Amino acid sequence: MSAPSAVFGRHEKAVLLDPIVSINPIAVQVLGICSALAVTTRMDKALVMGIGVTLVTALANLAVSLVRNHTPGSIRIIVQLAIIASLVIVVDQVLKATLYELSLELSVFVGLIITNCIVMGRAEGFAMQNPPWISLLDGIGNGLGYALILLSVGFVRELTGAGTLFGHVVLPLTKDGGWYEPNGLMLLAPSGLFLIALIIWALRTWKPELQEKD
Amino acid sequence: MPRLDSTRYTVLFAVAVSVVCALLVATAAVGLRERQDTNALLYKQKNVLLAAGLVKPGQSLSSAEVVTIFERRIRMRGVDLKTGQLLPEDKFDAKGYDQRKARNDPALSRPAPANDAKVARLPNIGTVYQVTAADGAVEQLVLPIEGMGMWGTLYGFLAMDRDGNTVRGLTFYEQKETPGLGGEISNPTWQALWVGRKAYDANWAPQLSVIKGRAGPPEQDPHHVDGLSGATITSNGVTRVVRFWLSAGGYAPYLKSLRSGAPS
Repeated sequence: MSAPSAVFGRHEKAVLLDPIVSINPIAVQVLGICSALAVTTRMDKALVMGIGVTLVTALANLAVSLVRNHTPGSIRIIVQLAIIASLVIVVDQVLKATLYELSLELSVFVGLIITNCIVMGRAEGFAMQNPPWISLLDGIGNGLGYALILLSVGFVRELTGAGTLFGHVVLPLTKDGGWYEPNGLMLLAPSGLFLIALIIWALRTWKPELQEKD
Repeated sequence: MPRLDSTRYTVLFAVAVSVVCALLVATAAVGLRERQDTNALLYKQKNVLLAAGLVKPGQSLSSAEVVTIFERRIRMRGVDLKTGQLLPEDKFDAKGYDQRKARNDPALSRPAPANDAKVARLPNIGTVYQVTAADGAVEQLVLPIEGMGMWGTLYGFLAMDRDGNTVRGLTFYEQKETPGLGGEISNPTWQALWVGRKAYDANWAPQLSVIKGRAGPPEQDPHHVDGLSGATITSNGVTRVVRFWLSAGGYAPYLKSLRSGAPS
């Protein structure tokens, strides 16, 4: 890999921004789907989860990259896992100290960031081969790409399923005297799958180069 | 620099990583403990208010508002679980009393009578949250309940009308049930089904139970609550927990004293 001299040149920019759309970890690489189905019923959950994953991916990439030249190859995966797990516990503790009720609702899914394929994938696939700064950017970019999809799916699910956004009423529900009859299916996990599939479809139509030639 | 693949170096590296990670985790856990405990207490108080219907599910309240409502409407009292007698407020500091701690202190507790809610020890003194009206009259009683679900102990509150029989609400503030299945016991929609049910039958035996399938409205089907699909063990656990605390081992002596019109 050619080492660019600029702190934030074209290469750095691409590493940061490409994962947000054109190589999005969820929509293009189809990683991290499980949590994307579970925590997108409300925007606030999706936002907190997005921030959590971004922090973990960024810091895990940074830490893994810092020790990459000193890590014995035979234990590199477990070293990455230890770093990621520690960061996830810290994020979980911070959430419990600041957003207690939200942390109860996110329940196991914060802990499950450990097994989120995106975090591990970036650590093994990028940070092990690249210097710290660019790895940090790659982590932030991939985290933001994940957060963007979560928020888009959360937007549609919360709006159509509950008539609210971030808990604020946007479409008044019929049971509260409004006009909107909520679609309960949108609050169930399958709707998350449908929405992610629609996003993937839209993205592939917009960027035909993503389609496999077979 | 030592060879990266030597056993000695690998072991040393693993130990170093473990120590650094352990330090990081320990610092976060210890440093944030106090705020987490404050949050947990606040959440517990909010659940008392939720059970009593003083706060609506989904209502967003600042911590100061929760404390204000709690201070204004809730009077914490101690009750001797054996006799059902309320302890005088000047003799017993219910606010500083932690029932969950007392339960584990041999001096303050006793082994629980045989029960299927897997409650091992009972505190001698139980907490009662009296819900008072503006004029100070007691309207409802919020009783702490606990017992085994599927994966762990359920901790919650059962709000009873002052008639000692009608359920006014149920919440769980700590549980480890499967999210989406047994975890639905935390769902306000399901908890709302408990309101208006009758705890006892004509012979004052605890009758509340979570059944399989759908229960009728409280007027026609006073003792049953809809089961949770895919969560039979949790549902049965809730039945056992609620019944245990409504039985002679739990708050029955106290609730009985309310029926006979003892002063509260």
